[in-house]
Amino acid sequence: MSTADTPKRSMRTPLGRVRNLGAAHSGTSDFWRQRLTAVAMVLLMIPVVVVIMMLLGRNQAYAKQILGSLPIAIIMVLFIIASAWHMKIGMQVVIEDYVHNEKLKLASIMLNNFFSIAVALASIYAILQLSAGV
Amino acid sequence: MVEFALPKNSKITGGKTWPKPAGATEVREFKVYRWNPDDGKNPSVDTYYVDTHDCGPMVLDGLIWIKNNIDPSLTFRRSCREGVCGSCAMNIDGQNTLACTRSMHDVKDGAVKINPLPHQPVVKDLVPDLTNFYAQYASVEPWLKTTSPTPQKEWRQSHEDREKLDGLYECILCACCSTSCPSYWWNSDRYLGPAALLQANRWVSDSRDEATGERLDNLEDPFRLYRCHTIMNCAKACPKGLNPAEAIAELKLKMVERQI
Repeated sequence: MSTADTPKRSMRTPLGRVRNLGAAHSGTSDFWRQRLTAVAMVLLMIPVVVVIMMLLGRNQAYAKQILGSLPIAIIMVLFIIASAWHMKIGMQVVIEDYVHNEKLKLASIMLNNFFSIAVALASIYAILQLSAGV
Repeated sequence: MVEFALPKNSKITGGKTWPKPAGATEVREFKVYRWNPDDGKNPSVDTYYVDTHDCGPMVLDGLIWIKNNIDPSLTFRRSCREGVCGSCAMNIDGQNTLACTRSMHDVKDGAVKINPLPHQPVVKDLVPDLTNFYAQYASVEPWLKTTSPTPQKEWRQSHEDREKLDGLYECILCACCSTSCPSYWWNSDRYLGPAALLQANRWVSDSRDEATGERLDNLEDPFRLYRCHTIMNCAKACPKGLNPAEAIAELKLKMVERQI
């Protein structure tokens, strides 16, 4: 990029521009939760895959019977919480990386939150209904 | 959105091929990025032929030879010619490195292709505008900060604590790492980049410094620090063999450590 292409220069000093609004004093909790949910998903992946294999090609009655087991239902719900949370944080990072228009960024982050919560709640509701329907 | 394509007036067009030096028995082809802020033209890539028998082995030697013998208008920064000052950082054969420590014989396959450090405004030819990069370095306040009364002699440090600065203090601020980082390309206005963060960790890791928490406070930000996604281009590019990605990971660990 040549100098002529850079946005109109403000009179602000370079250090003033770098300091800008200051540090947000946040980000660590998202960083930690992303790792936490990643480890949780690694641990939960094996039982979840086993349950899915057991359900393959079976009818709804059998699915209700399997998911009626409390430990299995808890594992499935935990997996959904971990994966939806991980998805939300991961998608937010991508949005922050690439979407530079402030209004579009705010709207995208909002939609990302709504989508993740909706997907998680719908999935948990489905499991609870199957689980309680024995 | 992030701009993935170059703006219209930054697109590279054509370029001049300079004649081969008369009487040279062995020549090496150099393809060098040229841009002059005064002529209103787009950047171009000029082709030069360097007489390798009349020239040192490094890429910087080749550039100096071109400037002395073919084209005095070729503009680049250089000073120490031994990998200490960091002035001659540029993109050589697709990798950010120092022209003074990269041998032209290490560049295989045809021409030695030279461009300025990527994704920075260009001042002229191979000279990038590093104003923002230096301001980011200044923002980490790279000096010892203490509140205890200054000792009569020096601030003391154990050998073990001094060793913690190895791999950090050697940074020469050439900007090879930061300008090789995609996160820095997209968000250099808010992300401090590997070089400034490595320097920040150098002061956070210094046992004599009394402002560790304050330093971490200033870094704790989704953009300043957490734009690092461990891509590792920084470690691959560093001509001093340092690992800025590891330094950033240490900073993140300290952030978690003080919360848990």
